Amino acid sequence: MMRLRRSHLICCAASKEKMAAHLSYGRVNLNILREAARKELREFLDKCAGSKAIVWDEYLTGPFGLIAQYSLLKEHEVEKMFTLKNGRLPPADVKNIIFFVRPRLELMDIIADNITSEDRHHSSRDFHILFVPRRSMLCEQRLKEQGVLASFINIDEYILDLIPYDGDLLSMEYESAFRECYLENDQTSLYHTAKGLMTLQALYGTIPQIYGKGECARLVANMMLRMKREFAGSQNQILPVFDTLLLLDRNVDLLTPLATQLTYEGLIDEIYGISNGYVKLPPEKFAQKKQGEGSKDLPTEPKKLQLNSAEELYAEIRDKNFNAVGAALSKKAKIISAAFEERHNAKTVGEIKQFVSQLPHMQAARSSLANHTSIAELIKDITSAYIIQCFPIKSHYVNTYIEDCIAQKDPLIKILRLVCMQSVCNNGLKHKVMDYYKREILQTYGYEHILTLNNLEKAGLLKPQTGSRNNYPTIRKTLKLWMEDANEQNPNDISYVYSGYSPLSIRLTQILARPGWRSIEEVLKMLPGPHFEERQQLPSGLHKKRQQGENRTTLVFFLGGVTYAEIAALRFLSQVEDSGMEYVIATTKLINGTTWIKSLMDRPESPTQ
Amino acid sequence: MAFITASWNPLGDAFYRKTDLYEMSWSLRDGLRDSLVAAAPYGGPIALLREPQRRSPSSRPQLEIYSASGGTVASFPWKSGPVVQLGWTVSDELLCIQEDGTVLIYDLFGSFKRHFSMGQEVVQSQVMEAKVFHSPYGTGIAIVTSSSRFTLATNIDDLKLRRLPEVPGLQGKPSCWVVLTQDRQTKVLLSNGPELFILDNTSCTVVCPPGLSPQDGNIVHMSVSFSYKYLALLTDSGHLWTGLSTLQEKLSDVDTKKTMAPKQMLWCRRPKSQQPSVVLMWDRLLLVVGVCNETIQYPSNFTSEHVQIHFRYPIEDPCVLVGEMDGVRIISSSNQELLQEVPLVCQDIFKIASMAPGALLLEAHREYEKSSQKADEYLREIKEQSMLGEAVRQCVEAAGHEYDTNTQKSLMRAASFGKCFLTDFSPDQFVTTCRELRVLNAVRDSSVGLPLTHTQFKQLTLQVLIDRLVYRQFYPLAIEVCRYLKIPDYQGVSRVLKHWASCKVQQKDLTDDAIARAVCMKVGDSPGVSYSDIAAKAYECGRAELAIKLLDFEARSGEQVPLLLKMKRSQLALSKAVESGDTDLVYTVVSYLKNEMNRGDFFMTLRNQPVALSLYRQFCKLQEQETLKDLYNQDDDHQELANYYVTASYREKRLEGRLSLLQSAVDEYNKAKNEFAVKTTEDEMRLLRFQRKLDDEKGAGLLGLSLQVTMETLLSLGLHKQAEQLYKDFRVPDKRYWWLKLKSLAEKEEWDELEKFSKSKKSPIGYLAFVEVCIKCNNKYEAKKYVSKVTPEQKVKAHLAVGDLEGAADAAIERRNEAEIGAVLSRCSASNSLVIERLNRARAAIAKK
Repeated sequence: MMRLRRSHLICCAASKEKMAAHLSYGRVNLNILREAARKELREFLDKCAGSKAIVWDEYLTGPFGLIAQYSLLKEHEVEKMFTLKNGRLPPADVKNIIFFVRPRLELMDIIADNITSEDRHHSSRDFHILFVPRRSMLCEQRLKEQGVLASFINIDEYILDLIPYDGDLLSMEYESAFRECYLENDQTSLYHTAKGLMTLQALYGTIPQIYGKGECARLVANMMLRMKREFAGSQNQILPVFDTLLLLDRNVDLLTPLATQLTYEGLIDEIYGISNGYVKLPPEKFAQKKQGEGSKDLPTEPKKLQLNSAEELYAEIRDKNFNAVGAALSKKAKIISAAFEERHNAKTVGEIKQFVSQLPHMQAARSSLANHTSIAELIKDITSAYIIQCFPIKSHYVNTYIEDCIAQKDPLIKILRLVCMQSVCNNGLKHKVMDYYKREILQTYGYEHILTLNNLEKAGLLKPQTGSRNNYPTIRKTLKLWMEDANEQNPNDISYVYSGYSPLSIRLTQILARPGWRSIEEVLKMLPGPHFEERQQLPSGLHKKRQQGENRTTLVFFLGGVTYAEIAALRFLSQVEDSGMEYVIATTKLINGTTWIKSLMDRPESPTQ
Repeated sequence: MAFITASWNPLGDAFYRKTDLYEMSWSLRDGLRDSLVAAAPYGGPIALLREPQRRSPSSRPQLEIYSASGGTVASFPWKSGPVVQLGWTVSDELLCIQEDGTVLIYDLFGSFKRHFSMGQEVVQSQVMEAKVFHSPYGTGIAIVTSSSRFTLATNIDDLKLRRLPEVPGLQGKPSCWVVLTQDRQTKVLLSNGPELFILDNTSCTVVCPPGLSPQDGNIVHMSVSFSYKYLALLTDSGHLWTGLSTLQEKLSDVDTKKTMAPKQMLWCRRPKSQQPSVVLMWDRLLLVVGVCNETIQYPSNFTSEHVQIHFRYPIEDPCVLVGEMDGVRIISSSNQELLQEVPLVCQDIFKIASMAPGALLLEAHREYEKSSQKADEYLREIKEQSMLGEAVRQCVEAAGHEYDTNTQKSLMRAASFGKCFLTDFSPDQFVTTCRELRVLNAVRDSSVGLPLTHTQFKQLTLQVLIDRLVYRQFYPLAIEVCRYLKIPDYQGVSRVLKHWASCKVQQKDLTDDAIARAVCMKVGDSPGVSYSDIAAKAYECGRAELAIKLLDFEARSGEQVPLLLKMKRSQLALSKAVESGDTDLVYTVVSYLKNEMNRGDFFMTLRNQPVALSLYRQFCKLQEQETLKDLYNQDDDHQELANYYVTASYREKRLEGRLSLLQSAVDEYNKAKNEFAVKTTEDEMRLLRFQRKLDDEKGAGLLGLSLQVTMETLLSLGLHKQAEQLYKDFRVPDKRYWWLKLKSLAEKEEWDELEKFSKSKKSPIGYLAFVEVCIKCNNKYEAKKYVSKVTPEQKVKAHLAVGDLEGAADAAIERRNEAEIGAVLSRCSASNSLVIERLNRARAAIAKK
């Protein structure tokens, strides 16, 4: 078994202070949530007295990195960390072995294997399990069947539903949420969502108004209301921080994630994939230029960067349309070099001292600028070839384009995104066209994808046209989804995030704030699932007395995932001066078209040779 | 103040008083004679068993349970064996210890709860004596058998019997014994004649209390204080030795001159006692003997004139003494009194001619009520000594210790009066005492019968008091107390309601509906009351229908599930689990059902619960593929069944197996009327066969590749004919095939072949593709061959692709296309000045028009 790479956790530790701080910059101090999660973790670790080794379900390391770094674990006598694998546990001279796992049966089998092979060698070690985010009777049953349940001293749960990602962003990192809800009719993720929202309300006060659109939204709201009844006794005495909760099903807006995001952060995610706030980039562009013989020792390890609002420059440019990033970077470059020039003007000792005191900050800014300039260059090289044009105008043109892409054997996911996009925009594909696409895909990429295609059909991403009217044009026009003249440099509408296309999801959010959903009743009826409004009674005395001009705060929860471009659009709305509304975003998972489609794919395992 | 001190008796430096608690409301025919009596401390209930030794089945003894004020709670004939001892547990349960070592436990209302035995060995030898004792671990029982062996159980709720070692030389029962709890150990102290033994888990040790010699006689009685800290020993010569129960220090030694053994001997102390005492009771006499520590010399003759160290009360009736933490209750057949040392603060206030600030304040207030100016004088006097705060505190504290409501009132009024002259005085103590007194007065009422002192109440805590009210089913009072003291609902009202409801469901004379309605009306949405707990209770009492009705009120669907499963209402359990949204709970029910039901019923049950069914499917997908098939089969879900076969086919290593699974898939797709899938699956089978054939013939390694990749591989192997065959057989679109062949030929640099191919018919992908592919393969020469064939629209691009600027310029100019001219221009460098000039001219010409 491999030792878990610590570098990730360690490099977080270095930036610990910063990391915690940026969560509290926003309108809502999300650090409270993080601190609550940390406290619970410490309490659990202290329950297992003595030295410890943690065996990780590898999937969890990323999300945990956002909550606690290695330093915290170390303070609580965690001496070793391993990844969960079959076979014997590696030797470690510790009192406690703690498994951090998701409640999944296949993981229970691995744990059982670990323990049965362990017993013969060490008998003195104590075993514990920490289930994240919830313990499961089913899993405990499985451990019992495997005859190892009694080996555990502590079986506990670590309720980590909503993980603070950034000052205004929470994610559950629940990858399969959309798939479970729409393909498998499995509402586990919705239950966790409701629980997570209850935890959030326990810390930030009851949210008085709940709006929602979609089947899943309705289910989550129902669960929340039921849970509230269950806790009827413990009246929440915290002044509400959020005024409104908006629950949105991903399937209300299937189109948006299919299109390529055109914001800076969105493109980084589309091309390189941002995972738990980190991105891995090809190293060539980041080589240290100082060494003369630099070419010899070009780094081969991918360059890993943390991306969040703690970095001033990134916070500034992340949500810009990529076409506006160049200008922003060069402006920043000028400011920084001007700042460095200042040193020539520094005459007195006092002035020099002040300059020197600013130096670390300036150097950080300079290296941040260098990094983002490199990233922008990387993206620029790729984009021309990469971008999926989002606005199919004439269908025969689209057909040819897709046909050519298949003939050229472009990546399958790109093809699927295109085909689905065409289907969603046109309320389905003509029977002949659809069969043609499907045949082309199966012949080119392999018959096994018949299962994936079947999934896409089930999820409604791909469907044959039926007699019914195509509502999409009406929706598009009423909600002004396609803007001809998107201003990418100085945006005046959210459509800038897709260079002319406004995400439907965000438009709904925007209209909810003003003038209200009543104005678009017709359109709401055309979109799938019910829309609703619920109120939660506040104890008297907790009704907010709003100051003149004070903004309201809405928590928008995307069930089934949200893209960085949609987040950018919401941040844009928060900043629009007269909107009177600030948004905090929560989601089951941060997604892009690629990761989303991937989660819907089925690949039958072929027999091992 | 004379009337208050009238009932005081001086003892040493302190005073003792007797307070009337109740006129007993019971009517006992034969008084307390010949009865086994057990009265619990903290004003607990009294149990009475008349003539316990009577064995004739025709006249069974009667077991009676009374409240402390003598109110009848329960009464029933004793039908079990002879009882040796009665006792109460800390949670007001009655323990009846029988001769054969069986202990029967009854609740306060005389309903049997459970029983246990004090050990096999006891059955033969019989219990001679037993004692019930309380320790931090709970309620314990100690017995001594006729074979002179002791057995202990420290906590009857967690029964662990300990048989103690033999006592050397002991025949029959010891002359007297007590149970001690010291250093977390429970021991027995016993005497056999003049000898004293300590008996613990492992050993029996002879001990000698300091200052007690064997000449003082045989020890006939012993008593340990409420806190287990002090011990009193009485010898047959009337010698009373008192000391620490560790037997390491003597407190005093008094000659009572009584040679007859008393019926009861008890410590009478209070926290911070100035003058603790031991109370001895004979048939007609109660003697209170003061205990002083050894530094003060008391004359051995208790008739001494200067310091009174004992006093006596005559008694008429047989009485029972009950030890409390701050006194002794004396229960007779007609009334009940509390004997206690007068608390210091009360002495200060009420002692004749006391000048304590509290006493002065009380006097001041009295004068004030009489509108006398003397009030001012008293007040001044207190204020001059800056003792007003202290005075108020004294009055409040004293009020707490008084039993008489009028005295309480006058003290509180005085305190309130004094408070008016103070700034910055925290009202907390005053308010709290007022509230607590109100509660205490309410529970002391004869109809309730909990004669708690304030000190006991503090020790007992409010929580326990509410519990005790609940045990006695004084629900309305308990709720009133909770509301009055503003206890959070969770710990207060809800807890009471929960008990009430659990009790309500046991009422046999009411219908299920009536009870359910009554419970719902009272409990409503009270926080913290779990309807499932109430339902569980109903189920325990055999009222399953009622339980189900009650479960309906449970807001937490999750909570309903375990009970429903227990009640075998599995269908209902399943739908509640689904309702809760907690999928783990659903899985739990499903796996339970799976084990309980036969397969057919199980599937049918799932069918009615789509959510559960899909969860189970998920489970099967991961764990039980075969079951998955059965599930789809049952639902006639042909589409999914076909998908299942497709998935399965990939797990199959042998081609024949794979094909047969795919054939099954085809059959199912057919049933599902999915023509497309039928067609493509058949194609796949055809392709697999083809691949196998070629693999066998040529070792091409094709099996499992996609059609496209197969053709690619064939072309790269030079198997053009076979590729062509696939192209035709599978009706591959021309465009894709042309692209494929173009790329493949170019990659293999078969340029002649490529040219031939280009001429085979009109290219469906145009000729620009040829140009670009050739360039990609770095063959400009070949590329140029195709430039002329390109459509006019692509001419410029084609020329540019092969780097022919002149040609591109010609084409662009010919087409008079400004954009194309621009494109060419952008590719020009300074050396192409001629071309640039031409292009610029052309552009100008276009612009003019």
